[in-house]
This record gives sequence, structure tokens and C-alpha cells, in this order.
Amino acid sequence: MTASQIFFLLFASATLVAAYLVVTVRNLIHAALWLVASLLGIASIFVLLDASFMATVEIVLYIGAIAILIVFAVMLTRRVMEDVGPQRTNTWWFGAILAILFFASASTLIWLTQWPTLPEGDVGNTVLILGKSLVDPSKYVVPFEIASVLLIVALIGSIAVALPSKQSE
Amino acid sequence: MIPLAWYLTFAAALFCLGLYAVLARQNAVAILMGIELMLNAVIVNLIAFWRYNEPENVSGQAFAIIVFAVAAAEAAVGLALIISIYRRRETVMAEEIDMMKW
Repeated sequence: MTASQIFFLLFASATLVAAYLVVTVRNLIHAALWLVASLLGIASIFVLLDASFMATVEIVLYIGAIAILIVFAVMLTRRVMEDVGPQRTNTWWFGAILAILFFASASTLIWLTQWPTLPEGDVGNTVLILGKSLVDPSKYVVPFEIASVLLIVALIGSIAVALPSKQSE
Repeated sequence: MIPLAWYLTFAAALFCLGLYAVLARQNAVAILMGIELMLNAVIVNLIAFWRYNEPENVSGQAFAIIVFAVAAAEAAVGLALIISIYRRRETVMAEEIDMMKW
């Protein structure tokens, strides 16, 4: 077992434990903080995969923006979120069975399949290639621009949805 | 050398934890957290396939960046909807948000 395998098992188990606590813990603020820990573990998995830019984006965008947004949402809806009443639906066992079945079938398929091994050599300067291909008309400039339009639409749409209506004041 | 199957199994486990959260949690914010976990599992798969199949071509990373943008948009709109529902109905429990049920 090489050092990278040991690191992978360490990071993966930490991430999965944090993700398990995200879905089971009662207090939602704690769940959001465990989500931050789990995202940090995923960022370290990206480092193991030589995707340094993805690890940075994971930390800056997911932990810095989305997880903080979720913490704000938990705080803004805090009164009903006091730890009274059940946090699970009545049919939670159905969800658990479905998730376990899905994991069993997916992992069986994964371990039965012959996967390619890691290619030899360094990946090179992927950040440079990625940056160029995202603005290259023969590559990914159209999805890139559509994604930016989507972000603008989501920004304006979420402001319009969350704004208090005139009648309620 | 880490086999690709390890990454895929890890991503499958993460996806199933998110699936459980979406199906079993009552709170709408907790459901959104489950969706975030599922999206992250998908991104791990994309990056792993990129690294093991053709690292000289960055299509996997470009795809993952688009998924990041969609995840950010989804989180923003979803949380705005939750806050709007909370303001009108004083609840964020998924079972009590049944205006569209008939």
C-alpha cells in the first residue's frame, strides 16, 4: 500500500463520516458545519486527482459561498428549526433501503468492470489548458457563456423570489 | 497507485448519503444539503474519469466547472424559495409545504 493510497483512504473515510453526520445530525447548524468538513475532504480528493484548480474552486465556491449561504438560510428559518419534533419523515426507512440498494448495485457494477489504469506521466499545466479552452470558440465557449447567463438568471430570480411582496407589509 | 474503482465507490457512497438525505429529511434546507452532496459525488466522478482516461484533454474539468455553476445557481434559487415559503407559511418542513398538492 503506497502513501497516496493511505492518504486516499484517510480523506475518503473522513469525508464519508462527515457526510453521514450531515444527513443524520439533528441540529441543522451542526449539519451545515459538517457539510463544510465534508466539502474540505472532497477538495483533498481533488488534490489527489491532480486537479488543483478544482480543489481551489471547491473551497472558494462551495465552502466560501454555498455552505455559508446554507448557514444563513438555517439561521433565517431558525425558529421552527429548534430541535423539537422529528427531523425524519415517516417513510425514512424507505429512503434508507433505496440508498443502500443503490449503493450495493452501483458498487457491484464498479467492482465487476475493468477500469483503465492511471496514465503514466504528469498531467502538465491543466489550469492553462483549461483557461484557454473555456474561451476557445472551437471548444467550450458556448457552454461557458450559457453558464454565466444561467448564473445571472439565478441571481435575479432569487432576488425576485425572496423579496417580500407588497401586500404582506 | 490508487485504482479508479476506489474513487467511483467513494463517489457512489457519497451519492447514496445525499440520496438518503433527500428522501428522509423533513427540513427543506437539509434536503438542499443532500442535493449538494449528490452534486459533489457527480463532480468527483467526472474528475476521476478525466484523470484516468485522458488527462491531456480537459473536457472533464470543463464539464465539472459547468456543474459547479449549475450547483451555485441551484443553491441560490432553492434557498430563496425556502426563505420565501418560510415568510408566507412559517414552516420549512417538506411535509407541510403542500400548496401544489390536490
